[in-house]
Amino acid sequence: MEGLTLSDAEQKYYSDLFSYCDIESTKKVVVNGRVLELFRAAQLPNDVVRQIMELCGATRLGYFGRSQFYIALKLVAVAQSGFPLRVESINTVKDLPLPRFVASKNEQESRHAASYSSDSENQGSYSGVIPPPPGRGQVKKGSISHDTVQPRTTADPQEPASPVVSPQQSPPTSPHSWRKHNRHPSGGNSERPLAGPGPFWSPFGEAQSGSSAGDAVWSGHSPPPPQENWVSFADTPPTSTLLTMHPASVQDQTTVRTVASATTANEIRRQSSSYDDPWKITDEQRQYYVNQFKTIQPDLNGFIPGSAAKEFFTKSKLPILELSHIWELSDFDKDGALTLDEFCAAFHLVVARKNGYDLPEKLPESLMPKLIDLEDSADVGDQPGEVGYSGSPAEATPSKSPSMPSLNQTWPELNQSSEQWETFSERSSSSQTLTQFDSNIAPADPDTAIVHPVPIRMTPSKIHMQEMELKRTGSDHTNPTSPILVKPSDLSEENKINSSVKFASGNTVDGYSSSDSFTSDPEQIGSNVTRQRSHSGTSPDNTAPPPPPPRPQPSHSRSSSLDMNRTFAVTTGQQQAGVVAHPPAVPPRPQPSQAPGPAPHRPVDADGLITHTSTSPQQIPEQPNFADFSQFEVFAASNVNEEQGDEAEKHAEVLPVEKASDPASSLRVAKTDSKIEEKTATSAPANVSKGTTPLAPPPKPVRRRLKSEDELRPEVDEHTQKTGVLAAVLASQPSIPRSIGKDKKAIQASIRRNKETNTVLARLNSELQQQLKDVLEERISLEVQLEQLRPFSHL
Amino acid sequence: MAVCIAVIAKENYPLYIRSAPTENELKFHYMVHTSLDVVDEKISAMGKALVDQRELYLGLLYPTEDYKVYGYVTNSKVKFVMVVDSSNTALRDNEIRSMFRKLHNSYTDVMCNPFYNPGDRIQSRAFDNMVMSMMVQVC
Repeated sequence: MEGLTLSDAEQKYYSDLFSYCDIESTKKVVVNGRVLELFRAAQLPNDVVRQIMELCGATRLGYFGRSQFYIALKLVAVAQSGFPLRVESINTVKDLPLPRFVASKNEQESRHAASYSSDSENQGSYSGVIPPPPGRGQVKKGSISHDTVQPRTTADPQEPASPVVSPQQSPPTSPHSWRKHNRHPSGGNSERPLAGPGPFWSPFGEAQSGSSAGDAVWSGHSPPPPQENWVSFADTPPTSTLLTMHPASVQDQTTVRTVASATTANEIRRQSSSYDDPWKITDEQRQYYVNQFKTIQPDLNGFIPGSAAKEFFTKSKLPILELSHIWELSDFDKDGALTLDEFCAAFHLVVARKNGYDLPEKLPESLMPKLIDLEDSADVGDQPGEVGYSGSPAEATPSKSPSMPSLNQTWPELNQSSEQWETFSERSSSSQTLTQFDSNIAPADPDTAIVHPVPIRMTPSKIHMQEMELKRTGSDHTNPTSPILVKPSDLSEENKINSSVKFASGNTVDGYSSSDSFTSDPEQIGSNVTRQRSHSGTSPDNTAPPPPPPRPQPSHSRSSSLDMNRTFAVTTGQQQAGVVAHPPAVPPRPQPSQAPGPAPHRPVDADGLITHTSTSPQQIPEQPNFADFSQFEVFAASNVNEEQGDEAEKHAEVLPVEKASDPASSLRVAKTDSKIEEKTATSAPANVSKGTTPLAPPPKPVRRRLKSEDELRPEVDEHTQKTGVLAAVLASQPSIPRSIGKDKKAIQASIRRNKETNTVLARLNSELQQQLKDVLEERISLEVQLEQLRPFSHL
Repeated sequence: MAVCIAVIAKENYPLYIRSAPTENELKFHYMVHTSLDVVDEKISAMGKALVDQRELYLGLLYPTEDYKVYGYVTNSKVKFVMVVDSSNTALRDNEIRSMFRKLHNSYTDVMCNPFYNPGDRIQSRAFDNMVMSMMVQVC
């Protein structure tokens, strides 16, 4: 851009305008919001505005720097004077009147304009720079138009509030003003008076078209600048949003907003251009929705009652029928109230509808409240977590309870691919088994969050089960799952294992999720999984979950989890932070080494696990705290895993997990024949973790007797809370060294015994699993037949 | 599969009525209208007991040569009337009950919508879809 010479008046005027538009004081003005309003207020045809934008270089930069802004203003003046737009004209045209902006929305602006215009031939033609926010409502409109009609001088009264608010609320009014402006191309300096209110009001529709044109202009120029602080309804369409409501203004308006303003805003938005995923909520939009939600319901985890929502959305001036349909779509749980997710979805739909998009018949995936299911299913008041989730609309976890069902589903899958860790870890979408799995399990478990996957699978199932349990419990909450998974994996290796487990658990979760019947978006599930993974790392069990030592009783599991804690505590010495940070991280399963077979299947998990296990054994013996665990080390890996799983569960703070794990563990034990054997073989080194992993329920109690278990018992109480557990573990640590010597032998003996029991149980388990599978298949076939026979399938 | 489903408000005016397209809809409207008397009769008969003790499902209201009419009333005196084809012998009472249950659930969902004013005609698409799924599949 060539140098721009401005007269003093111009300089002053421009700088005022710039600061007016530079809401954020960033010295550069994004191409939207006030700038747009300003330009529309200039009453220039849209293509002229576009041209100006191009000329001043804003399109190149994507925003208006001060110089660009000044150039643009100068060009506006040029255009308004009727001169052709040329870059050279910036400086060549002398005695240009100051650019006129109609619809004095801003008192200040108008005042400025007045002052500026004092030395220009355009008297009066300067009206407020920005049209008063339409938000003022119909009444205001009248006043506004009145203002615009009159030269700025008279603008003041009208805009009393508008000037102040206008920047915020400009969007609503802008369409109006645009329209006017468009109608009255700024030719002469003076006349301006926007042809009276008539054209101004006339139609929103016209305004919209004008605004849309403007939008188009803007969009053409720059990528839809992130709405500065608002998520205009038309957010989704990047372009259209330009002028659409400023979130701030909208917010203000929500309280004051009249239908009129809403309409205008909506209309503007309607012009929005297309976007890739019409139903995707951008971050700005989301932020805007959240802010709007807050105005109604300060608690982000709370609900908006139907009546409040009705009032709010009625302001958008959509027909009641459409609003009713939007409600039907967005009230996912049909409770007559809107959670944050539901509200955002509803708001988004309203915005889309305002922009001319037809309402879908069913809620698009990206708008589905993903967390809601999770939280419901998880049955954990993890509101914050949900909010966090909801924060990423793009995640669009498929269906509501992606992780949960996926977990359930993956189990069956896991069952089938006994040795194939990969199947689990990869999100294979083989959900057939899953479905049957689910049907079996769902009713059984009172805990909605956790459904004990009836392991149809064979040996590997144990690991999977552990994972699944973890997943179930923590499906929604990344952490929970991970911890659970981690627990079963390797308690001993805590830190390292945790990390590895995390990975493993992640895999398992993925596997589960993939098999999720929803499979709406495996990646999403995976993402969920990955989240979980991060927390707890998929327990190595996933790959080849050592048949969870039959968790005989919850207490046992607790103890095992306690072990975990202890192991964590022990290792915390080395990695306190790590352990604590990932309580859920399943203590590195000693099994990792055991399950080399499965490990290979499981991509990273296995590696991680293996490393963990390798490390854990070392760690365990080293640390006095672990002494106990090491004693139990010998326990079949499955046992360990189970314990780990138990511990992990505890860490996961998900009691249900324990429950789940118990049955799962028992099942796992039975099933994972091969695994158990493997584990027993490898568990020795890796038993670090709790060691007292009772393979079978019977052995478990026995093991409990072990001192270490005694030590664990005190911690049992706290298993519910990982911190508590950790504390207990730490507390018990001192006692561990004492008993180490005595326990060692006893532990080793018990380990041997348990291992044997483990193998036996594992065999039994596998046989039972087979039977179970057969029965399930029969059942499914019968159900299918029944379905076919039934003429009407209801509810 | 029903050939006609109607939702009647407490004041005995229809909130929603839909018939299978191939049939003469007026005939069904008339049948529904006349069935209201039967519904009232059944309600008053059990009316001695409190409402909550009353069974929601009224059962077969009256049979005609070609059709059977079933009734269901909610605790708020909103009536669901369903006309089924007599030739459709596969429909058992159990299924009729389940159909009504489904209707009731959908109606509840409509009620939950704050934009729905009780007493208005039901224009919910979801409700419509559900009803269509229960109607006789006619091409």
